[in-house]
Amino acid sequence: MMSQTATTWNTALKVPRWVRRTVALTGAFAFTILGLMMVTFFIGRVMPVDPVLAVIGEQSSPETYQKVYHDLGLDEPLVHQFLTYVWGAVRGDFGVSLLSGGEVASDIARVFPATIELATLGILVGAGVGIPCGVLAAVRHGTWVDGILRLIITIGHSIPIFWLGLVGLSFFYGKLGWVGGPGRIDFIYDGLVPSVTGMILIDTALAGEWSIFANALSHILLPAGILGYYSMTYITRMTRAFMLEQLSAEYVTTARVKGLSERTVIWRHAFRGIRVQLITITALSYAGLLEGSVLTEIVFSWPGLGNYITTALLAADMNAVLAGTIVVGVVFVGLNMLAELAYTMLDPRARS
Amino acid sequence: MVKMHRRSFLSSAAGSIVVAGFGLPALADARNDFLVVGKRIDDMVTLDPGASLEGSASEVSRNVYRRLVNYDPHDLEAGYGPDVAEDWTVSEDGKSITFRIRQGLRFESGNPVRAEDAEFSLRRAIKMNGSPAFILAQFGFTPENVDDRIIADGDTLTITTDNSYAVSLVLNCLTATVGSIVDKETVLAHADGDDFGNGWLAINTAGSGPYKVLSWKANESIVMGVNETYVGPRPQVSRIMIRHIVESATQRLLLQKGDIDIARNLNPEDIKSVTNAEGMRVDSEQRGRLMYVALNQKNPTLANPKIREAVKYLIDYEGMQNSFLQGAWAVHQNIVPATYLGAVKENPFHLDLDRAKRLISEADVSDRPLQIGLRSGQEYLDIAQALQNRMAEVGLQAEILVGASSQIASLYRSRKHDIYIGSWGPDYPDPQTNVGTFAYNPDNSEEANAVGLIAWRNAWDTDGLNEQVVAAAQENDLKKREQMYHDIQARFRETAPIAVLFQQTEQAAVRDHVHGFSLGGAVTHPAYWNVTK
Repeated sequence: MMSQTATTWNTALKVPRWVRRTVALTGAFAFTILGLMMVTFFIGRVMPVDPVLAVIGEQSSPETYQKVYHDLGLDEPLVHQFLTYVWGAVRGDFGVSLLSGGEVASDIARVFPATIELATLGILVGAGVGIPCGVLAAVRHGTWVDGILRLIITIGHSIPIFWLGLVGLSFFYGKLGWVGGPGRIDFIYDGLVPSVTGMILIDTALAGEWSIFANALSHILLPAGILGYYSMTYITRMTRAFMLEQLSAEYVTTARVKGLSERTVIWRHAFRGIRVQLITITALSYAGLLEGSVLTEIVFSWPGLGNYITTALLAADMNAVLAGTIVVGVVFVGLNMLAELAYTMLDPRARS
Repeated sequence: MVKMHRRSFLSSAAGSIVVAGFGLPALADARNDFLVVGKRIDDMVTLDPGASLEGSASEVSRNVYRRLVNYDPHDLEAGYGPDVAEDWTVSEDGKSITFRIRQGLRFESGNPVRAEDAEFSLRRAIKMNGSPAFILAQFGFTPENVDDRIIADGDTLTITTDNSYAVSLVLNCLTATVGSIVDKETVLAHADGDDFGNGWLAINTAGSGPYKVLSWKANESIVMGVNETYVGPRPQVSRIMIRHIVESATQRLLLQKGDIDIARNLNPEDIKSVTNAEGMRVDSEQRGRLMYVALNQKNPTLANPKIREAVKYLIDYEGMQNSFLQGAWAVHQNIVPATYLGAVKENPFHLDLDRAKRLISEADVSDRPLQIGLRSGQEYLDIAQALQNRMAEVGLQAEILVGASSQIASLYRSRKHDIYIGSWGPDYPDPQTNVGTFAYNPDNSEEANAVGLIAWRNAWDTDGLNEQVVAAAQENDLKKREQMYHDIQARFRETAPIAVLFQQTEQAAVRDHVHGFSLGGAVTHPAYWNVTK
């Protein structure tokens, strides 16, 4: 009797599982972003930096100061300012940047593709080299191969990326001339290819301008390689640790006892067990790169998101800082959710 | 060999694209026709000359807009000369100047440059009341009265000031960025409400100068191209790109490889390495910016004349100039920059610890450590640390507060600092620009809130200098006017709680094949139209 009632209730309120999941995910997403906006907004308002002086310069008169103070809406109550901001953000209006004089939304649309391009190449290098190296280090645990890989990782962890960028530039660009210099493209090509996606490699390919494509590629190789190296050190280290754990598990021993080839044991059995964890750390590394690697972007004069947010922060351009932070937040939360979806597909336990 | 091959392949391939797709000359020529400058341009907020005060935006305006009177980059010492105005006459009471507008000049749009455009440009600067408005407003113009005081009539423009001012002062002010003449018809066609076209001019240009802006990507680059309607010798370099490059080392590397032609923000180490390198040279020009130490007179310790004097003997001017400042700043202890009317060369102060100690022993000093505020910047920090050490040697305790520039600026504007180390750039090339802020403070009360005046910021009533400053601004005899500035500066050196330390020398690293680049000296901004490659 009891169980029958319960079933009826369940049927009456039956909402498809995917709907419930989507609603929950969207809710969590919106809530996180709203929280992020709130924290950033209020930190921005209590910072001891004066946004009005950032606009008018320190030599201007008190009348000008008052006028701009009012124009920026700074005389409104704080809560009112925040609500106005959220309402604008919902409609895709993040206000005007003090620095560029243009819409923040269009600024971000301009700088973010540069970061996406760099980060994507970086993570391809990082994961493409890092995962096989990690597996190799685990399999050859304790041998000279493992030793060399560990040395490479340690070096990557201890050298500041800023320094590596400068040294890489002066050697590969300054001395050898193998790669292009700072900037996304030789200055002479600037503006020759119409911007469609904002990613120069894709835009030049779409336009069929292969020589400019080659030029852009020569510019991105070094910064992407350096970012790739840094994410590789992390991915290799984690992969190695995950694999070592799997390789010592009983089911691997069982597989070996069954007489399966070493290759099958490693890739079909042990590696399958770490796929979910690998997705998480790769997604997190990717999100880290998408945040914009400020130092790399500065050294390579790369007009990306990290550069944009940092410049804005130093100039007290709070609209730009807020919008930049929200983009970073959306990227982080979004990639986390994608990783979660990937678990569901790859891990049978998560499905039930 | 292989590398050469690849390069030439790329060049020719790209060259053919340029020819086919964009109608520009082949790339080999294009490189000679194209000047790339590496510079920090994150200070560029708006291109509107009626709303920008100094820095990168003024540099662009100098190359894009003509003014009524202007400086010739080839002969800065000659002072202002005719530009849009052919000549001018001054009324008998000295209050009105009538300019005769040159005929035949054209804006980018093809519209003729008329007296009406000059009238519109100056009126809008006053009405918008942006940061540079005070340069014109000091002559009594207000948004309410400017329509009656700046009037175009046919080919002439008459401006009427509230008092009789030195004509040299008024004309020097008109050479500033705010005096730029914009194209009235074009700007009004893009006006949004009553913004006088400010929104549109912030990112577009409407001038009659040698160049026009082709594109501006904030914090990335700005590109200028030849203005085809410009009346005058055609500039030899048809495109100028100013690239935002933050790092000094990155700028140097790009210059060494020839990817940029001029590097504008090299630190002393990089300047040194360029000086000794082949294919490059360093061009130095004295600019107008001064570095100074100011003592807030609201602090009783610092208000003591003995302490004021002692601090001037606690600074090793020569030592700093010859060590960490390395050619970027030269000793200059006066408020009028060198090369200006009334500039003097007296630099009486030097490091003298005994003298400072004696002066301090005669003063009443509080135990509370003094705060030295400064904005980030290695040279400011080095100076602050040196001062802190010297102060400790004579028994004055000090701590250093470094902050983002707008943070320190708001502290300074509200008179909450003790000691401030900063710099000041002249707003227009006349001694009045500096004398009027360092040595003029008619109302020292809190309510006056005269944040534009350095004397007010330091709560100094200028010990009676106010009247002399006003008189100098109104003196029309140049010789007399010059002498008046000499007297003001002599008294300032003796009594002011402000010690001027250095005047800036800008060092630009340039590829050898680039000639004719002028940084603008102390009086104006860089000019590109005479550059050859």
